[in-house]
Amino acid sequence: MNTIEVHDVRKTYRRHGRRRSFGTLKSAFLSGRGRVVQPDVTFEALKGVSFEVGAGKTFGIIGRNGSGKSTMLKLIAGIAKPTSGSLSVRGRVSALIELGAGFHPEISGRDNVFINGMMLGLSKRQIADRFDEIVAFAELQEFIDEPVKTYSSGMYMRLGFSVAINVDPDVLLVDEVLAVGDEGFTHRCLDKFADFRRRGRTVLLVTHSLDLVSRLCDDALWLDHGRVRDHGDPRRVIDAYLMDVAAAENRALSVARDSVSVEAMTLDAPDMSNAAEGRWGSREAEILAVEFARNDGTTSHVFESGEHVAIQMRVRAHRPLQDFVFGVGLFSADGVCCYGTNTDIEGAQPAEFSGDGQVTFIIESLCVVAGTYKIDVAVHRRNGVPYDYHRQLYTIRVTSKVNDIGLVRPPHRWTFSSGIRISGL
Amino acid sequence: MLHSLRQLLRHRALVQSLVARELKARYRGSVLGVMWSFVNPLLLLSIYTFVFTKVMPGARSAGLEPSQFSLFMFCGILPWTWFSSSLLEAANALIAGGNLIRKVLFPAEVLPIVSVFAGLVHFCLGLPILAAFFLYLRAPVTPSDLVWLPLVVFDQLMLTLGLALIVSSLTVHFRDLRDLLANLLTLGFFITPIIYPLAQAPAWAQPLLNLNPVTHLVVSYQEVLFVPGPYAGWPRLVVLAAVSVLVFFVGYFVFDRLRETLAEEA
Repeated sequence: MNTIEVHDVRKTYRRHGRRRSFGTLKSAFLSGRGRVVQPDVTFEALKGVSFEVGAGKTFGIIGRNGSGKSTMLKLIAGIAKPTSGSLSVRGRVSALIELGAGFHPEISGRDNVFINGMMLGLSKRQIADRFDEIVAFAELQEFIDEPVKTYSSGMYMRLGFSVAINVDPDVLLVDEVLAVGDEGFTHRCLDKFADFRRRGRTVLLVTHSLDLVSRLCDDALWLDHGRVRDHGDPRRVIDAYLMDVAAAENRALSVARDSVSVEAMTLDAPDMSNAAEGRWGSREAEILAVEFARNDGTTSHVFESGEHVAIQMRVRAHRPLQDFVFGVGLFSADGVCCYGTNTDIEGAQPAEFSGDGQVTFIIESLCVVAGTYKIDVAVHRRNGVPYDYHRQLYTIRVTSKVNDIGLVRPPHRWTFSSGIRISGL
Repeated sequence: MLHSLRQLLRHRALVQSLVARELKARYRGSVLGVMWSFVNPLLLLSIYTFVFTKVMPGARSAGLEPSQFSLFMFCGILPWTWFSSSLLEAANALIAGGNLIRKVLFPAEVLPIVSVFAGLVHFCLGLPILAAFFLYLRAPVTPSDLVWLPLVVFDQLMLTLGLALIVSSLTVHFRDLRDLLANLLTLGFFITPIIYPLAQAPAWAQPLLNLNPVTHLVVSYQEVLFVPGPYAGWPRLVVLAAVSVLVFFVGYFVFDRLRETLAEEA
């Protein structure tokens, strides 16, 4: 049985501008469902979204900012109504969208807990029964009788979270709220979610923390510009999403790349300690395109740690060259050079480069830990003067099942003497 | 709409707690605290008494002693304060509570309703002062008249609730209404027979004044509380009750109609 069923839901908002939202008082009263809205003054936040969430499932919604995630959540919570389409939710819903919304700063935490709980649909008696639990969960025993205006923002959020989660809903909607507390609080929130799942409750999670989605969710939905891009196994959906994000980054970077003035950059010798992105060179030879390929030849921006990666460069010499070097560099997200090499360092002697060609740099095993990496590719003279230097213009993402730390992962294995018994490696 | 009304009934306890919170929060941090509920009408009354007995003695009704005139005005000022402050607060209620409406599944009408009930509590706190004045001035009170007081209060409650619902939901769309309302209420104060008896108004103006429903409310208060002798104005009250209940339903209808837009605009 499905707890949440969403069928072809659309949500259209009016754009705010100088235009009044209602032209006249008359139209204000006549407004309602089915009114005709002009497309030029509307914004479609959701363009026909359908999905189902089974009872007891933890469901993640991911997507970029403005993709419609929060709108979807509001529709499910019943705060807003879909413009068209049908939506049904079984059971009591509690939405962790705005924590502590409706707290009054002047009155005590105790009174606010009661009022907030009642706003979320509990009776006074139910709140009284759960009061100690709510306060203990928020760790505010000492401060509960102080006015809420004296609370730190963390205390405020914790109390809001604690009230909302103790409503004990059948469906819990969570919108990016786990960032409110310290590590300890976050862990207890996650424990609470786990507890929810054990008791067969449904959790809907909207977050940018993909890690959380892959850890907690049974199912993931990727929304993109108000449409469903992908739906299914969280790891697969997240991988597809990350590839798309990287591709979008590349597109954005390639636009930036084209705007770099070649003349101004020509004489700047690339400096390895300078981590700025950019493109330099005389362009006597050019790198036209760069792609990253798996072992089977498919291109990607997301690789598993230890995987085979081929960096394929399409190159062109505008005149025959005798002095040329191809180079590649791999940088971590914070700009640390993990590895760099070129044909000259490795002792190759250039002979002739003319016309179009392809250079492929094959990494048999990408031995780095999980993270985002930037790639440099270059063709330059042996004295370092660049023909075409692409500084950190390409991004790949490396995933890993193991959360090891550092930069590189040397190929390794463990052995243990007979006195030590250990499993799982 | 009936469904919404039933929902609202389920939120009685919430309204109650919010009213209590409103009163608690209002006086938190002030020296006199809840005493302000008493001091406010007292100060207002002293000002009017001073103006009409000392500054412009001629403006006062010829038939009334200065002390009696204060009492007369008090009977009108008290309900008017409830009426006007409730509407002004209701106009702001949804915008101030925008976060709630946009982010929490919450019956938005609770907010303007709370404004009106908070006003009712202040009104009730003013009644003992009024009683004290009656006792102090040894003014005659007809105890049998007082049984009509709850009906007058009920009429005003319904009328104010209806108007508060309209004003609050429309203000979300037309923010100018807040400023307009303040001026309308100032005008309303003078076209309601509060600081003058209705009978003293020029004959041509009386039909116009009678179009104002608050006139009937205030006159009823004056007849029940102030005018000696048995109260005979109850037909007016019954008609007013019908009108007030109608206003309430119209207000609720308007609010319900605009409900879906509130979460987007508030």
